[in-house]
Order: sequence, then structure tokens, then C-alpha cells
Amino acid sequence: MGDRVADTGPARRDVLNWLLGSWLVGVLGSILYPIARYLVPPELPEAAPPSVVAGKATALATNSGRIVAFGTAPVIVIRTPSGELCAFSATCTHLTCTVQYRPDLEHIWCACHNGHYDLNGRNIAGPPPRPLDRFDVTVQGEDIVIVRRT
Amino acid sequence: MRRRLDAWVRERLPLEPLVEAVRHKTVPQHRSSFAYYLGGMTLFLFGIQVGTGALLLLYYRPSASEAYESVQFIMTRVPFGWLVRSIHAWSANLMVAAAVAHLVSVLFLHSYRRPRELTWVSGVLLLGLTLAFGFTGYLLPWNQLAFFATRVGTDMAAAVPFAGDFLVRFTRGGADVTGATLTRLFGMHVAILPMIATVLVAVHLLLVQAHGMSVPPGVERNAQQAGRPIRSLPFLPHFVLRELFGWTVALALLAGLSAFYPWELGTKADPFAPAPAGIRPEWYFLWMFQVLKYAPATLLGIPGEVLVFAGLGIGGVLVLLLPFWASRTDRWRRALVGVAACALLVMAALTVIALMADGGAHK
Repeated sequence: MGDRVADTGPARRDVLNWLLGSWLVGVLGSILYPIARYLVPPELPEAAPPSVVAGKATALATNSGRIVAFGTAPVIVIRTPSGELCAFSATCTHLTCTVQYRPDLEHIWCACHNGHYDLNGRNIAGPPPRPLDRFDVTVQGEDIVIVRRT
Repeated sequence: MRRRLDAWVRERLPLEPLVEAVRHKTVPQHRSSFAYYLGGMTLFLFGIQVGTGALLLLYYRPSASEAYESVQFIMTRVPFGWLVRSIHAWSANLMVAAAVAHLVSVLFLHSYRRPRELTWVSGVLLLGLTLAFGFTGYLLPWNQLAFFATRVGTDMAAAVPFAGDFLVRFTRGGADVTGATLTRLFGMHVAILPMIATVLVAVHLLLVQAHGMSVPPGVERNAQQAGRPIRSLPFLPHFVLRELFGWTVALALLAGLSAFYPWELGTKADPFAPAPAGIRPEWYFLWMFQVLKYAPATLLGIPGEVLVFAGLGIGGVLVLLLPFWASRTDRWRRALVGVAACALLVMAALTVIALMADGGAHK
């Protein structure tokens, strides 16, 4: 097709090519920009409540733990061998598995990569890089109530 | 460097014959050649449907308890979600219109003639598939209007003799329209129908390329009598650029429609609420809906619905097999165009009547 329009001169062809190019860029831009924005999930406001009831205090035996939902995140409530109550975020600081209480070890353990935390939430062995976030625990009537620390 | 890269690619992607064929391809040029753009337009809108549909899948949840909320989320919270959903809905409607226009132009220009019978058959099947996409997609936002329209639409299958009850259960995934229906229609809409469509579109396009564009008999005869060849246009870049221009206009139209007339979501479906006033199917099913309203309860002991469906079924088969029974004489072709035009006018009139009746129900 080059020969057919060669006599109309390069100037006209340049203008046409430039127009076609800008059209292409404009169309692609107006398609790709909304798609790129659409693909990024919108931020959801965290619906985590200030406090949750974590069941009856009498139902949590000494040297055992229980996982409860705090909004969308799991929290582990533990009654230590000495009978105290404590609560931590149950999300392992290594690769976000959910941890569990090991009565035989008397501390918190993550099954995914053998991470260990003591009863203050400190990472004591294995790969976890940071301690678990601590929650405040109170007993109101018969209920265990856990509150996020500010 | 560039030459070496070129050679490297050519050796691994032996597309030379294809590129050569495209370079030498021409499209006949005459007063009806606008019709050659309608198929491409349908294909473009189909592409839009695939793209926006895939995007919607990222946020849509196909269950009775979450579908409505997820569409609401797409429309209100996801950036440009309203645009993606509105374009999907508008493009679906324009695609039906483009496919119907394509079929009508092929019929009026007699492009279904030998050797293009299978191109016609695959095209009619694709139109049916397009309508099936429309029907299955309508329920997915799980709103009141779609819920009852789907209930009515699926109940119509009960009129089919012998297999009626089975068909109703089969399309609904149970005795009634429930969450099971939603999941089932969703599966058809995003997996089963696209699978069939991919094969049919490939066959259709391959046949179109193999046979080239059909020239209307009148144009062919005139050129023969005048003893000159039919004028033609190079496919690349002339035809392609015109096609791209059309597609850009269609895209602008879609964006405009979506911005100024965003597709409504309505209220969430409630199976225990009474059917709202003005429930109706999508516009392309309205003429059928109107025929059902006019059908007598029984005629000669046969239920009216059965008669209507028998008529529609016979009509559908006649259209599908048109190239095999259509005669080749000129008189006959004129008669066919006349009958088809009358049928289209009746369908258009029925659609208008249904739209007006519905407008009255809202007042």
C-alpha cells in the first residue's frame, strides 16, 4: 500500500499516522485506566468491635485456650496453668497462620512453621519475627470480655 | 539487530501465509456494503461482554444471599464498578440488536446462498446463544424484576409437550426459582454458554474467511452484464480502519449510555413478595411475551401456550434451515424478503404494544 499513497507526500502520511497514534493512545488509555482502578479492591472500613464476649469464664479450664472471633480476626484466650486469663491476637506474626495453645508445652504454638510464643505473647522459638498483639481481658459477671489495647 | 529478531520470530511463529492472505484480502464495495460491518460490530460487542464479564466475576458472588449485595458493592464501592456493570448490561442489549441487524441484512442480501449454508446455520445458532446469554444473565443481580421475569420465563418451558415438567426443573435446578436457579444460570452464563460460543464463533469466522464476503445477486448480475469486475476495498488497512472507526463510535456510545443512563439495580428479590407491577422480560423477548398475552386459553382442545410454542418452534427451525429450502429464483427471493419484512414489522409492532402497555402499568 506504500506505493499507492506515495505521491501524496510524506507530510500528509505523518499527520495521519500521528492522528491514528493519538486516537489509539486515547482509546487504550480510557479503557485501561478504569480497568486498572477497578482491579484494585476498595478499602473496607474495619468493622471490628471495641470489645467482644469470649464465652463463660467457668467454661475455660486451667491450662487451655480457646479461639474467638474479634471482628474478622481470630483472638486466642488462654487460662494459664496458674489460673490467670490472657488474650492475644491468634494470627502468627510469621506468615499469618492461626496459632493454638499447647497444654503439653504450656505455651502458644503455631503448627505451620513450628513457631513458639510464651504466655506473654513473646516469640521464643522458630521463625516468628515479632510478639503477638496483646488484648486486655476482664471478667464481667460470668463472661470473659476481651478489649483491644489502644 | 532488528532483522535478526524478525527472523527469530518468523522461524518460531510461521504466520507468513496468514499475513500474506490478510494482505491480499479484499472486501467488495457496493451500495449495500455497510452490511459487512454488522458482523464485526457484533463480534466487537461480544469482546466487550467477555472483558467486562470477566471483570464483574472478580467481585460478583453467585448465591441468593449475596448476589444482590455483591452487585450493589460493585456499583457503589468498587472504583469504576458502576461503569463496568453498566457497560456489560448496555453492551448486552446492543449486541442483541447488532446480531439481529446482522441476520436481517444477511437475509435481505441473500448471503446465505451456496456455499455459505453452514455460515448461516452457525450464525443463527449464535443468535440463539446470544439470547440464552441474555436470559441467563438477567437473573444474576437477583433483583425483584429479574426474579419474577425468570419465574415466568422458565415456566413457559412447561408448555413443551411431554418434556415440559422436566425442562422447567432442569432450567430452575428444582421445582421453583431459588438460589439453586441462580447458581445454575450463573454456571451456564459464565462457563457452559461461553464454551459453546467460543467454538461457534471460531467456526463462523473461519467460514466467513474461507468463503469471503458474499456479493448480493443483483450486484453480481449488474457487474456481469456491464462486463466489469465488482469494485473492492483492500481489507488492510482500508476495511479494518473503517471497522475500527465503527468500534470506537460503539465504545463512545456505550460509555455515554452508561454514564447518563446507568443500569438500575432495583430492589432485592423476595420470593414471598407479590410480583411487582410492570414485570417484563428484556425488550428482545417482549414480542413473544405479547403473543402469549393474545393466545386463546385453548383452541380445538389444545392449550394456547402449546400452540404459540409450536409456532415459534416451527418458525425457528425454518429460519435455521433457510438456505436448504430457499429457492434460487428472483421472484421467490423477493417474496422471501417481503415475508421477512412483514414478520419483522409484526414483531416490532408487538414490542411497541408491550412497551406501551407496560408504561401504562407504571402510571
